[in-house]
Amino acid sequence: MASLIARLITRKNESVIKAQLPPFIVNFFKAVTLPSIGILIFLLFWTVGANNIDTSLGKFPGPSQVMTQVGNLFNEHVESREKEAAFYERQENRNQARLAKDPMYKPKTRAYTGKETFIDQIITSLITVLSGFVVAAIVAIPLGIAIGLSKSLNTAINPIIQIFKPVSPLAWLPLVTMVVSAVYTSTDPMFAKSFIVSMITVTLCCIWPMVINTSVGVASLNSDWVNVSKVLRLSAFTHIQKIVLPASVPAIFTGMRLSLGIAWMVLIAAEMLAQNPGLGKFVWDEFQNGSSESLSRIMTAVIVIGLIGFLLDRTMMQLQRILSWDKNSEVR
Amino acid sequence: METQIKTTKLIKAMKPLTSAMSKMKTMIVATGLIATSISFGASAELGYPEKEELKFGFIKLTDMAPIAVAYENGYFEDEGLYVTIEAQANWKVLLDGVIDGRLDGAHMLAGQPIAATIGYGTKAEIITPFSMDLNGNAITVSNEIWEQMKPNIPKMADGRPVHPIKADALKPVVEKYIDAGKPFNMGMVFPVSTHNYELRYWLAAGGIHPGFYAPHKGDTSGKIDAQALLSVTPPPQMPSTLEAGTIYGYCVGEPWNQQAVFKGIGVPVVTDYEIWKDNPEKVFGITKEFSEKYPNTTIRLTRALIRAAMWLDENNNANRPAAVKILSQSNYVGADYEVIANSMTGTFEYEKGDKRAVPDFNVFFRYNATYPYYSDAIWYLTQMRRWGQISEQKSDAWYADVAKKVYRPDIYMAAVKSLIADKLVPASEFSSLKGEDGYRSPQTHFIDNIVYDGTKPNEYIDKFDIGLKAKDKL
Repeated sequence: MASLIARLITRKNESVIKAQLPPFIVNFFKAVTLPSIGILIFLLFWTVGANNIDTSLGKFPGPSQVMTQVGNLFNEHVESREKEAAFYERQENRNQARLAKDPMYKPKTRAYTGKETFIDQIITSLITVLSGFVVAAIVAIPLGIAIGLSKSLNTAINPIIQIFKPVSPLAWLPLVTMVVSAVYTSTDPMFAKSFIVSMITVTLCCIWPMVINTSVGVASLNSDWVNVSKVLRLSAFTHIQKIVLPASVPAIFTGMRLSLGIAWMVLIAAEMLAQNPGLGKFVWDEFQNGSSESLSRIMTAVIVIGLIGFLLDRTMMQLQRILSWDKNSEVR
Repeated sequence: METQIKTTKLIKAMKPLTSAMSKMKTMIVATGLIATSISFGASAELGYPEKEELKFGFIKLTDMAPIAVAYENGYFEDEGLYVTIEAQANWKVLLDGVIDGRLDGAHMLAGQPIAATIGYGTKAEIITPFSMDLNGNAITVSNEIWEQMKPNIPKMADGRPVHPIKADALKPVVEKYIDAGKPFNMGMVFPVSTHNYELRYWLAAGGIHPGFYAPHKGDTSGKIDAQALLSVTPPPQMPSTLEAGTIYGYCVGEPWNQQAVFKGIGVPVVTDYEIWKDNPEKVFGITKEFSEKYPNTTIRLTRALIRAAMWLDENNNANRPAAVKILSQSNYVGADYEVIANSMTGTFEYEKGDKRAVPDFNVFFRYNATYPYYSDAIWYLTQMRRWGQISEQKSDAWYADVAKKVYRPDIYMAAVKSLIADKLVPASEFSSLKGEDGYRSPQTHFIDNIVYDGTKPNEYIDKFDIGLKAKDKL
């Protein structure tokens, strides 16, 4: 097996295969088979490793336990939806009964009070990270462009950015929590406080990479293009729209991808720390439960978190491809 | 200028009026209560809840069962209450949640509403209309400490240790650690928790000094003169903290003692049932403001909780396996069924394999467990005084006053009477509460045989060898 792989990956053999096989098969081999082999080897190591680690909550979960938990978590979701339907039905009946007794009563439908399932938590986390990310982009990209265009502004703001950039947003979390509970005091809030807190935390960690990358992209604008703009006497707005933005799209997107990746990691930690709804809370709750299934459920969450992070990154990459003017540039 | 003076005058003139109005309000509420308590007829029917959507907090412990059962069995919905139940990270977060209104009510340590009312820690007026359970805690030590304690414990004929195990067996071990210059650390869940007082009671009864608090000097760590150093750890983290070696033992509620047995990392040595038979444990806490603003909701949630507690103890614990199943759901306690069942179904496993019958380890309804006794509140106050959390002497009347402020049997009785009127519970279940004055008769059954009389707190405080006397001040 090992020698086979060794032979497969040596360049010499690759050229031999290339010579003998049509190119689409080679491409297929590269795109599908090699990653599959990688995953298989990983699963093998995982299974063997998991079997040899004993914790006080039983053995470390292997791939098969995780698969079982995926099934369990999905079933729980389905059950919970059934319960929810029953809840609304009971509520409807109760409202009718009260209306019969008390015609002045205006029936209200109360939201389901049951627990959030794993799938609900995934959706919550996704919504939180995306809203925080969008807010950050709205602030950071114009700021980055401004800093990139103006040297003096850059000199003025740079120290602040450099100081706040290395701060873990988790350090902000207590401050954010206190400020939000002090400032955001509506009796019928549109968003839950916990959502606002998580979102601001995400925004705080997204802003810096975006500002820096955007400003660098803008600052390193090709001087020929700037000159073209000067020759054509473009207005400031048109200059930004036609020259600056298209030229710095790759840099802006690099910043956005970086920050989205960080945001996803930070959000999970923030949810764990602040007990805000989402995947982080799911992981923490399972850890607190300490049941024999806890570890495999946490492991399932870990893999799901990874998959979602991966998908988010790929989505950003596709967006970059679509929006970038230079379709030939390689995006990795 | 003149108008300004006029307005201030007007406001001054209004003041007695507004206070009279608020007095009238309380009177109306009070008459409402009396009306419900006197007439059993339909005329005094309990109104609809003023607030229907509620959020209750809890800590992952089996004694939160009444809340989970009231939800799962639909008792809350029967009252027209739509309740969301949310696990909290620790007792401080939970208390702050109730104070700042994020939570409408919560499963609380009995000491929390009392401490909040007298202003130890966060000051806030919290009341309790419902006592959640009796007993349910235990003290666990690590395997290492257990091995050293074992030679000091007398054995029964079959070789198993004689229970209850007193802290006398631990004393030589603690002394050995102190001589070696190693601090003897133990965990409890909160400075005003039942667990803190129980652990202190047990240690002190065995001659180990657990340390004083001196809040007037800014010392709230409770380690003055201590031989055993107690610190706070949230309940679900107890087993892992013990495993990490940060603490040598802890006092906590279930399932975290049985968890230590299952994980093989520690041995429960004594249950609180053995320290003080049928001691009051958790309460359901709400703010005083909530109870005044939403009187019907308060009575209705108390009704739901009473029904849940009855269900839990019905037919000699027949429903306990079903309750354990509910509790083992990941959104409630979430530990394994076997771990929770170990203590909830009338047994308790000490050393691995040494499973003994403790039918009253968790009592939710029997022995008037749900009635908020003034004497229970006063016991906690005496312990706060004993360990210096209350820094100066207080009169017996002060103790009674605080208890009356926090513990609200009036609300409880209103709920009971309306439940009986609605034929949801048989009157016979509550017959022993007729003419109840809120004080249990002097209680024996403490591990050190000291008798507690709730009407004489100062006399009680003077009975202990270790601890501040009524007149002492640090």
